[in-house]
Amino acid sequence: MALLKYESQVRPPLVDGDKDYHQVTEDIIRPIEMSPSKLWWTGFLIAVGLLCFGIYSVYRDVTYGIGQWNLNKTVGWGWDITNFVWWVGIGHAGTLISAILLLFRQGWRTGVNRAAEAMTIFAVMCAGQFPIWHMGRVWMAFFVMPYPNSRGPLWSNFNSPLLWDVFAISTHFTVSLLFWYAGLLPDLASVRDRAKLKWRKLFYGLTSFGWTGSTKHWQRHEALSLVLAGLATPLVLSVHTIVSFDFATSVIPGWHTTIFPPYFVAGAIFSGFAMVQSLLLITRKVLKLEDYITIEHIDVMNKVIVLTGSIVGVAYLTELFIAWYGQNKFEGWAFMQNRVNLFSPLGWSYYIMMGCNVLSPQIFWFRKMRRNITVTFFMSVIVNIGMWFERFVIIVTSIYRDYLPSSWSTYYSPTPWEIGFYLGTFGLFFTCYFLFSKFFPVIALAEIKHILKRSGENYKEKMDHAEHESVDEFAHEMAH
Amino acid sequence: MSIKKFVVGGFTDEQVLFSAVKKVRSSGYKIHDVYTPMPIHGLDKVMGLRETSLHTAGFIYGITGTTTALSGIGWIFTSDWPLNFGGKPHFSLPAWIPITFELTVLFSAVGMVMTFCYLCQLAPFVKKHHFHPRSTDDLFVMVLECTAKNNETEMSSFLGSLGAIEISVQEAEADWWFGRYDKDSKPFEKKSASLA
Repeated sequence: MALLKYESQVRPPLVDGDKDYHQVTEDIIRPIEMSPSKLWWTGFLIAVGLLCFGIYSVYRDVTYGIGQWNLNKTVGWGWDITNFVWWVGIGHAGTLISAILLLFRQGWRTGVNRAAEAMTIFAVMCAGQFPIWHMGRVWMAFFVMPYPNSRGPLWSNFNSPLLWDVFAISTHFTVSLLFWYAGLLPDLASVRDRAKLKWRKLFYGLTSFGWTGSTKHWQRHEALSLVLAGLATPLVLSVHTIVSFDFATSVIPGWHTTIFPPYFVAGAIFSGFAMVQSLLLITRKVLKLEDYITIEHIDVMNKVIVLTGSIVGVAYLTELFIAWYGQNKFEGWAFMQNRVNLFSPLGWSYYIMMGCNVLSPQIFWFRKMRRNITVTFFMSVIVNIGMWFERFVIIVTSIYRDYLPSSWSTYYSPTPWEIGFYLGTFGLFFTCYFLFSKFFPVIALAEIKHILKRSGENYKEKMDHAEHESVDEFAHEMAH
Repeated sequence: MSIKKFVVGGFTDEQVLFSAVKKVRSSGYKIHDVYTPMPIHGLDKVMGLRETSLHTAGFIYGITGTTTALSGIGWIFTSDWPLNFGGKPHFSLPAWIPITFELTVLFSAVGMVMTFCYLCQLAPFVKKHHFHPRSTDDLFVMVLECTAKNNETEMSSFLGSLGAIEISVQEAEADWWFGRYDKDSKPFEKKSASLA
């Protein structure tokens, strides 16, 4: 049996430069073996600083209660749930890249999947903080777990979308973590086998679980990855669907719509890819991985961003149309007065959302813009600002002026501790990401080697002559 | 748990490895294992390994999750503590679908990963003999087991004729043991040394 390694020349290479297997190992493991740069320390310390501020904010939440937030009647959900949905959304890109693109056999995922999956796990960790500390009496958080108890037994409400959320997000976190770690095992073994220092041998020996690279183990590993991908694909769609149910199953104007699940999922992928871009553009530069995370990868991800951004745009317009077409006065008010009316108290947030999410990504219809690193980085930040405002618009503008004008709330703006909590999750996220990029291979080593001889630049060049050969000739050559 | 003698040969190219595996098998030598830095599709078939049943295990774990969720919620809401939510039916299956789905995925994923680790003997503090440090870098390492009938010099030269480099004969523990990678402990060797 010949190993057919041919890939069309029309497809651009996924690994640039003259690489062989050993060079790939060198390039990807080198950052782990070097002592961290000043830049790394600066970033890490800023992240830890933010984390400390966040911890202090949360400490105050527990001590004084969440009354120190500016939540009021009727704005019972403000920055906290906005941040929760925002982080969960970001957490979708990693699973999408690692699972859905694996099922679709997209070779380019190999360069970005490891970092994207790590980002997913950290983002879900950040997301989880908000509902937990929002409980106020956080020491009773375990009440959400269904177990036989001495309170009746009074079980949790399985018909409630909030409990569905608990199950969805904890399952998403667990499955993403397992998927990520299963993929890491062979790469950690590579680090272990090169290690010179004693602590590295110990640490990577422990974390690689004694991986040897046996053919039988690889066969099982492949089967595991494929089935986990098959499981994670509906899972990732279900998670944001269920998050959208938190809103859609209520009877609040602006929330009570059937369009929410697909609209939320598209938005999640949109913001997740933007966050992947932000992180990877920095990572590839700092760790000198430009040969593995190429302009091609950035280009492809920008295509996903313009696609999902446009889907989100269609969803916004559909919502508006239905608000008018449905002729429900309350729904109409929520859209036409609380959102579209620029001169209403929070009307400005609707236009930030529209501008950042729908209009600005259209720039990526141009190939030159998709391949421009500065533009991409700028846009990735803009998109995440826009997606934060989307959640803010959905949550706050739907509830701050509802059925009863006498209970219309005063202008909602966050207190420093609400902002501090949000900044704290940034600290948590980046602390984790900095540690990850220092101690773990940020690119899936084994997967890059797997595609190297098919999609590596130097191998593709050698394949050039095959382009002019007939299929029979080529097959004959490969077989001997 | 037994110490065996192995002939180890490294290959730098998958193509060469493939034909070598075929030739080794047809000439009757016993392949202990082939260690590769990345998955090589089709190598398992060439080596004559059977297809893994991990998928089936995953399916069984999955339906266990489905059954757990449905029977658990069903029992709680219809028999153990039937709560009245606005007069809606106690047995409200559509509302249980999200949790049922999540538990199906959770059981299947966790079960499969644990089965995978069990089958491949993967865990912290588990240690195995590594025939070549480059087998996780850029070398495809074929390990042949010496039996009473075989001659190791013959096997080594045979591997060399198939394109192997860095051929060596190693006596090693074929099984796993508890140990740390920063310490060169080989408990089985120690035991045999003290016996001698």
